[in-house]
Amino acid sequence: MVENTLSVGRISEGFVLDHIEAGKSMEIYKYLNLDKLDCCVAIIKNARSGKMGKKDIMKIECPIDFMDLDILGFIDHNITVNIIKDQKIVEKKALHLPKQICNVIRCKNPRCITSIEHGLSHIFVLTDPETETYRCKYCEEKYDGRLRSKKIKAK
Amino acid sequence: MRHLMSPLDFTVEEIDKLLDLASDIEAHPDKYAHACEGKKLATLFYEPSTRTRLSHEAAMLNLGGSVLGFSSAASSSATKGETVADTIRMISCFADICAMRHPKEGAALVASEYSSIPVINAGDGGHQHPTQTLTDLMTIRSLKGRLDHMKIGLCGDLKFGRTVHSLIHALVRYPGIEFVLISPEELRLPSYMRQDVLDKNNIPYEEVVRMEDALPELDLLYMTRVQKERFFNEEDYVRMKDFYILDAQKMELAKSDMLVLHPLPRVNEIAVEVDKDPRAAYFKQVQYGVYARMALILTLLNIEV
Repeated sequence: MVENTLSVGRISEGFVLDHIEAGKSMEIYKYLNLDKLDCCVAIIKNARSGKMGKKDIMKIECPIDFMDLDILGFIDHNITVNIIKDQKIVEKKALHLPKQICNVIRCKNPRCITSIEHGLSHIFVLTDPETETYRCKYCEEKYDGRLRSKKIKAK
Repeated sequence: MRHLMSPLDFTVEEIDKLLDLASDIEAHPDKYAHACEGKKLATLFYEPSTRTRLSHEAAMLNLGGSVLGFSSAASSSATKGETVADTIRMISCFADICAMRHPKEGAALVASEYSSIPVINAGDGGHQHPTQTLTDLMTIRSLKGRLDHMKIGLCGDLKFGRTVHSLIHALVRYPGIEFVLISPEELRLPSYMRQDVLDKNNIPYEEVVRMEDALPELDLLYMTRVQKERFFNEEDYVRMKDFYILDAQKMELAKSDMLVLHPLPRVNEIAVEVDKDPRAAYFKQVQYGVYARMALILTLLNIEV
């Protein structure tokens, strides 16, 4: 093994998520509900990156129709998604801002109907793609961007 | 099936058509007196209201229909923990159309998702109050003869006032509209309204603190009440509540054809002496509200007369 390198084996089918903002991979793990999946997941934190300085990388071995790419697009659409089949990259998927996201983030407005009716889904709608603004479908409260990448929030 | 959640649910053309219908109702009330015979309006008011509930009920009764409903959450199954979704599914079996007021924002939208009858949002917290906007537009168009090319002063609580936000959204769609935003620093129009609505639509506006500075240029003055229920701190409310008082002396500064509107209830912000000024239009506004709601009920029920 070369000094200061860490090797993670290839996966036969699944995803490699590259160019994740350093430190965000555990949140992605949570929001993709990977803890509920009985599959092999490798998380590499603070890997060196020429472009980003530091980055996180995730390797997820799972059926390729399993992943909700909308959530990834919402968190950071700059993440590179490589789709792996037979240990080879068969496709590089571009992420887009999803038009709406359901039950990923919660509305924090105490005046919103979702604050008292707990059976309701927390739905956020993309209201301005230019500024990447999401608002609660019910009360139109703007999402404060806590989950999203710093680069996106800074826009 | 259509619902009314926000004033922007209707296009400018649809609003014009609805206001034309409202004007025809005003001119020929007898023609519409039986238009809704056999139809029922349910008024589901989870928080107290005088004008809005009675205006909806009067509108349906004027159309020959009947009304049922409740006027506070305490007299509904909400106290037993029933959800809005369940309530509206049940009401859909009893009535043909409903008007809902709820203290929580988005409640009417939830109702519309589960309803099999048209739902009118009659106010959802500090969020939307589209029938008030229809009322305001009807009043302005009836008394001014137009909805375009006007300098409009919005005065008072521009931060929490949902009627002001809805009216701005509706009016920026007409050409030649300018706003003067009159408020204390603490109750300024929120930045998302200034940037996302006014700046984005290239609407000229200025912000002033003194009402007197703006009055001589205005075609319309829309007064609002500082709402006690929106403040978490009593001290702030007491400091703000009498910040603006429109009286006869200030009215002397205004144009002879400037209109004064107010969504009511007023507290101290318009002195009683202004009521007899012919430019005071806020009680006529209440009457126009009934015509606008009659036109809305007919439109949502697809009834043509």
